[in-house]
Amino acid sequence: MLLNQFLMLSAFLFCTGIYGVLTRKHTVLVLMSIELMLAAVNINLVAFGAFHNSVIGQVFALFVLTIAAAEVGVGLAIVLLIYRNSHSADLDDAHALKG
Amino acid sequence: MFFLDHAWLVPLIPAVSFVVILFFGKRFPQKGSEVGTVAVGASFLLACGTLVQWIKRVQDADHAHGVGAAIGALGRSVGRLGAEGTAAQVAPVVHHLTWFQNAGVRLTVGVQIDGLASIVMFVVTLVSLLVHVYSMEYMRGDRRYTHFYAALSLFTASMLLLVVADNTLQLLVGWELVGLCSFMLIGHWWEEKPNSDAALKAFLTTRTGDIGLLIGVVMTYWLVDRATGGHGSFNILAVNQAASSSKVGHTLVMWTALALLLAIIGKSGQFPLHTWLPDAMAGPTPVSALIHAATMVVAGVYMGARLYPVFWHGLSIGTPGHGGLNAMALIGGITVIIGAALAFVQDDIKKVLAYSTISQLGYMVMALGVGAWTAAVFHLFTHAFFKADLFLGAGSVSHSGSHHSFDMKKDMGGLKKYMPKTYATFVIGSLALAGIFPLAGFWSKDEILVNAGHNGYQAFVVVGLVGAFMTAAYMTRCVYLTFHGEYRGSVEHELAEVHEAEVFAEGDELIEHHLAEEQDSFVPGFGPHAAAAHGDDGHGHGPHESNGFITMPLFVLSFFAVFAGFINAPGVEKFEKWFQPRVAFVDVSTAKFSVILATISVLIALAGIGVGYAYYWLGAGPQRLTDRNPLARSLKHFLVMKYYLDVLYTDIIVGSLKGAIADGVYWVNQHVIDNVLNYAGRGAIGVGRFTYEYIDQRGVDGLVNGLANVTGEAGGEVRRVQTGRLQFYALILVLAVGLFALALWIFT
Amino acid sequence: MVGGRRVIAENVFFGIIAAAMAISALGVVSTKNVVHAALFLVIVLAGGAAQFILLGQEFVAWVQVLVYIGAVIVLFLFGIMLTRAPMHPEGSLGNDLRWPAAAAALFLAGILGGLFAHTFGRDKLHINAPIRTADVTNAIFRIYIIPFEIVGVLLLGALIGAVVLARRD
Repeated sequence: MLLNQFLMLSAFLFCTGIYGVLTRKHTVLVLMSIELMLAAVNINLVAFGAFHNSVIGQVFALFVLTIAAAEVGVGLAIVLLIYRNSHSADLDDAHALKG
Repeated sequence: MFFLDHAWLVPLIPAVSFVVILFFGKRFPQKGSEVGTVAVGASFLLACGTLVQWIKRVQDADHAHGVGAAIGALGRSVGRLGAEGTAAQVAPVVHHLTWFQNAGVRLTVGVQIDGLASIVMFVVTLVSLLVHVYSMEYMRGDRRYTHFYAALSLFTASMLLLVVADNTLQLLVGWELVGLCSFMLIGHWWEEKPNSDAALKAFLTTRTGDIGLLIGVVMTYWLVDRATGGHGSFNILAVNQAASSSKVGHTLVMWTALALLLAIIGKSGQFPLHTWLPDAMAGPTPVSALIHAATMVVAGVYMGARLYPVFWHGLSIGTPGHGGLNAMALIGGITVIIGAALAFVQDDIKKVLAYSTISQLGYMVMALGVGAWTAAVFHLFTHAFFKADLFLGAGSVSHSGSHHSFDMKKDMGGLKKYMPKTYATFVIGSLALAGIFPLAGFWSKDEILVNAGHNGYQAFVVVGLVGAFMTAAYMTRCVYLTFHGEYRGSVEHELAEVHEAEVFAEGDELIEHHLAEEQDSFVPGFGPHAAAAHGDDGHGHGPHESNGFITMPLFVLSFFAVFAGFINAPGVEKFEKWFQPRVAFVDVSTAKFSVILATISVLIALAGIGVGYAYYWLGAGPQRLTDRNPLARSLKHFLVMKYYLDVLYTDIIVGSLKGAIADGVYWVNQHVIDNVLNYAGRGAIGVGRFTYEYIDQRGVDGLVNGLANVTGEAGGEVRRVQTGRLQFYALILVLAVGLFALALWIFT
Repeated sequence: MVGGRRVIAENVFFGIIAAAMAISALGVVSTKNVVHAALFLVIVLAGGAAQFILLGQEFVAWVQVLVYIGAVIVLFLFGIMLTRAPMHPEGSLGNDLRWPAAAAALFLAGILGGLFAHTFGRDKLHINAPIRTADVTNAIFRIYIIPFEIVGVLLLGALIGAVVLARRD
């Protein structure tokens, strides 16, 4: 197996995730897209770890995984708060920071 | 020497009398006339004393000089002491005090008594005294009797101030003061407009000449300044010395002389500024006698004699060029002829005498112009006597003979039998004026002629002789019309005189039985004071002789007219010796008496009398020529219109100034000058407005506002990045990351 | 087995799983149904775990399944429920940033792809045997103990934070 095929796969997933982050209106879907991006990163890391025959890839991926989970938790808490305050999880409505 | 050192009293006493009469005159019993007469009498005595002491001074100096010369010239036999050729230097007696000084310039008031001053002082005070006495009768009951005497005193004081002046500034002050007094006295009866017009005309015409005096006085200062290398002064002795000095350029002296000549033309009635003198006859006759015959008009000649070196050097009198001509002599000569010509066509006796005065003043100026200094001053001396005599005689005629009229043709005639004393004195005066031997006028006029010939001015000898002929002729006419033939004064005049108004008399001189019903039946030229004046003559109103106050001055003057000439007769010649200046003077040569010329001049005068006698007494010659002959008529009209000079002056010169030029200047002022100002103002406003609107409002404010707007809009534009939308920011982020990645890839 | 056949089998399995993941990823970002998006995400994550196993990294594969799919997805579903996200297709596909976002994503993809292709070319992966779990834990608890502890603290913080944030008071 080529290294590149995994890298290309991760690149594709990453960019798809970016497209989702930028495009989706629902906040939870944006968070999902972020998860997608993190998953792509994990694949990248693990592929490189395998390439170098070391555990460092896995370890790093584990940590990323953990942080991703934490981030999802906090993020969803925030989404809930926003939803409670404005009864809408639509990102377009959250323009209070508009200059 | 008391009188010489205290000569300043002579002008002072009449000045004090002026103030006294002005403020207190009405309280005196004779209404101030006694104050004036006494004051002038005192001045006269002082002047006599001064004259005597001056003559003594000259004689003493000559005596001492002659002794010295005699001692010095042992070998010669000197017969007489003080012989001719050994004239001593006799300096004038000068006293002055400084009344102002600044930066080295000292202005003084003072007296300079020399021969000229003392003899003229004598003449002025004598004539003034006689006029004061005369006026006591002539002006009795006049509406402004007291003020008349006050003005006479002021005039006497001013004339004496001029005469004794030791500097040209004081001379100028005296000159102007006598001009003022002349104005006051000519317009004594100013309620009648012709009188006030005449006064103004006199004043303004002499004023025109005074421009020359002012310039001339200033230039005399500079003459002295040039001559002494920086120490200018108005002092007359200094001026005369400066004029003779070689350090002063000829041009400066010439222009000074010309400026002063202009003053003489104005004041002494020379052509072309003589037109005021005949009109000045509108004043009372005593005034005419004093001012316009004997004293004021000779002020010009006096000034010429006083500052003679200026004229001598400035006009090159000593060296006649141009075929024997110079400006002064020429003007004098012209005046002689035109004055005499005009005297022929006058009906008013005073006007005849006025033109005669003009003509005789011409003689004096001509004499100065040909270098005959002594002759000019001598003629001034004699003329004062016989002309005053003639004027006062005319006044006597009008006062008592022609019911206050001066018109010879209408109101006089045949007065010989009614007024013998006046007739006698008048004839004596006329003969003296005509220059008949041995009266005074003969000696003085002859001296002028002989000096003219001697100094190279032969043309003026002819002029003088022609003038003598004409003088004799017109005086004969005058005498005939006044005193001979039938009396033409009419009964109507008598009645009119009775009803004359006496409204203007001074208070208590009013005579009740002459109170008037009409107010204006008088001849212009004299005042309606006559009714009261006849109080003592009774009411039998034919022509009669005047009383003593009038005739006594006539006698005195006639006496002088007869005998005054002998003072400079050949063999005596005291006038020149006593009065010609010895210090700061020029080398005038004096001609000797010429029997031939004297005989010729007497014959010519007699011929003039003869022509007049033939025409008037005998009726010979072309009688009534002007009625028949149009050329003669137009010539006579030309003379009657006084050569159209008055028309020229009044209508053309003054009229154009008053009318066209004044209008033009006014137009320029209103339209040009005011417009310049207005446009300047509007321009300034416009610039201000432009600056405000364009530069300030649009430019500066626009710049400031624009900057603010740009900043605001730029901010507004940049603000649009802050959409407040999370995903937009994320997009930017991603793009940035991509770009960095690219950059990193490319550059490594 | 012969190495050659093993390689072919790896590549085939990789291809299938990769295709599934790609399609599911596209589904995540484009589906109108939120729950479907979550389920697509499950597929992606599962595929990821399979890829890990292919790469011989078994530990992280099972952790991914357990944590990611087991907890995170459940969390997502809870979140969907609590925010009353519409259960049925509704609304538009995306907001007005679609084309710029697509462009940005493609741009980035291009860069990444190019970069990878350029850098790694035809490098081969040589996986002889799966990595032992003991080695992984050795690494975690010995070499990388400090990051491990920090991550623990982080989790604690996240936990407390989430509780605080979501509290109703």
